[in-house]
Amino acid sequence: MIDEGRPLFIQIAETIEESILDGSLAEEAQAPSTNELAAFYRINPATAAKGVAVLTDKGVLIKRRGIGMFVAAGARGILLAERRTSFAEKFIDPLIAEARTLGLDDDDLTALLRERSARFEGAENAASTEGNHP
Amino acid sequence: MTTVIDVQHLTKQYKDKTALDDVSLTIEKDTIYGLLGRNGAGKTTLMSILTAQNFATSGQAHLFGEAPYENADVLSRICFVRESQRYPDDATATHAFKAARLFFRNWDQELADRLIDDFQLPMKTTIKKLSRGQLSAVGVIIGLASRAEITFFDEPYLGLDAVARQIFYDRLLQDYAEHPRTIILSSHLIDEVASLIEKVIVIDNGRILLHEDTDALRGRASTVIGDAAKIEAWADGREVLHRESLGRVASVTVLGHLSDADRAAIAAADLDLAPVSLQQLIVRLTQNAAHPESTTSTMAGEAR
Repeated sequence: MIDEGRPLFIQIAETIEESILDGSLAEEAQAPSTNELAAFYRINPATAAKGVAVLTDKGVLIKRRGIGMFVAAGARGILLAERRTSFAEKFIDPLIAEARTLGLDDDDLTALLRERSARFEGAENAASTEGNHP
Repeated sequence: MTTVIDVQHLTKQYKDKTALDDVSLTIEKDTIYGLLGRNGAGKTTLMSILTAQNFATSGQAHLFGEAPYENADVLSRICFVRESQRYPDDATATHAFKAARLFFRNWDQELADRLIDDFQLPMKTTIKKLSRGQLSAVGVIIGLASRAEITFFDEPYLGLDAVARQIFYDRLLQDYAEHPRTIILSSHLIDEVASLIEKVIVIDNGRILLHEDTDALRGRASTVIGDAAKIEAWADGREVLHRESLGRVASVTVLGHLSDADRAAIAAADLDLAPVSLQQLIVRLTQNAAHPESTTSTMAGEAR
């Protein structure tokens, strides 16, 4: 799972975030400890601790003294809001910029979005039906 | 951060070779360091001087604030696992561990017994008759079970197969997590230890070439591969560590983090991006330090 090009602690934080987002790590459940992460991914415990610190800083994980690390109530909400913001910055902003250069106003854009979205769903349904009947 | 080793202007001059050339560095407490470099770069000399097994020509080294020479207190708190440790001819591993137990105040016999079992080390055979791998296992066991405040491992893996090396790395991490201490691990198998070490020290020709957080080095360099003309245009103005070409396809390794704009430009020009492992990065940096002018090689040149 380790990708050479990026800091390890960020990758560790991301794998925990993914587990929270997909529900495999529930809110208020106990999160893996720094040492468990270090042993599992075979990485230096200081690096694992840095990854965990990213999440405690965001309020996604909470340290309960003497018991361990827990997923905060509302952690999923925090992560979804964060993903939503980065989605808007990464995809919506350039979309709007390009629409402006093409002279499309917001109504045109919304209509276009609906049209493509309908086709996308249609294509997806077709794909899944195909998958069911090989 | 507490400093446990402080080295100032350390130089070691042999007859016709400068093994260490004005080396200054500090080592922090409870951190795992990777001491990396080519053969003859000065790694073993540095560790020998720090453990009072060799003398510096000039400069100072302090451990826990004191000079290590004939300092029983300092020496009982450090452990040096040498690559070519010598044992008496009739000694068995049992003898070696008994001696270590007397010497190291934090010695953990239970851990030693577990490791003996892990490495399936024969205890009644004389060390002289052990295989290279078994000899390395003796050193690894002493290094781990001594739980010294500073432990130096000088290429501890020689002769160990992949399974035994993994046992060593796993036990090292596990025991370090429970009993944090300073570990200095010299190794050629850079990618194998890359995720274990928190800090990297690269030594080349007796000088410190690099001393950084391992994580900060990830993503420090990237390799871009594709059409030679496009590659040249893209790499123009960047610090190029390495170039290779095969016909119209070229690859360049450049130093510096890539921005999102860089990545977009690479994708738009139909070029491929490959990460550079810690090992590749260090190989390139050491090569450049040795021959700053020859960063270019062609596949034909390398094949010769």
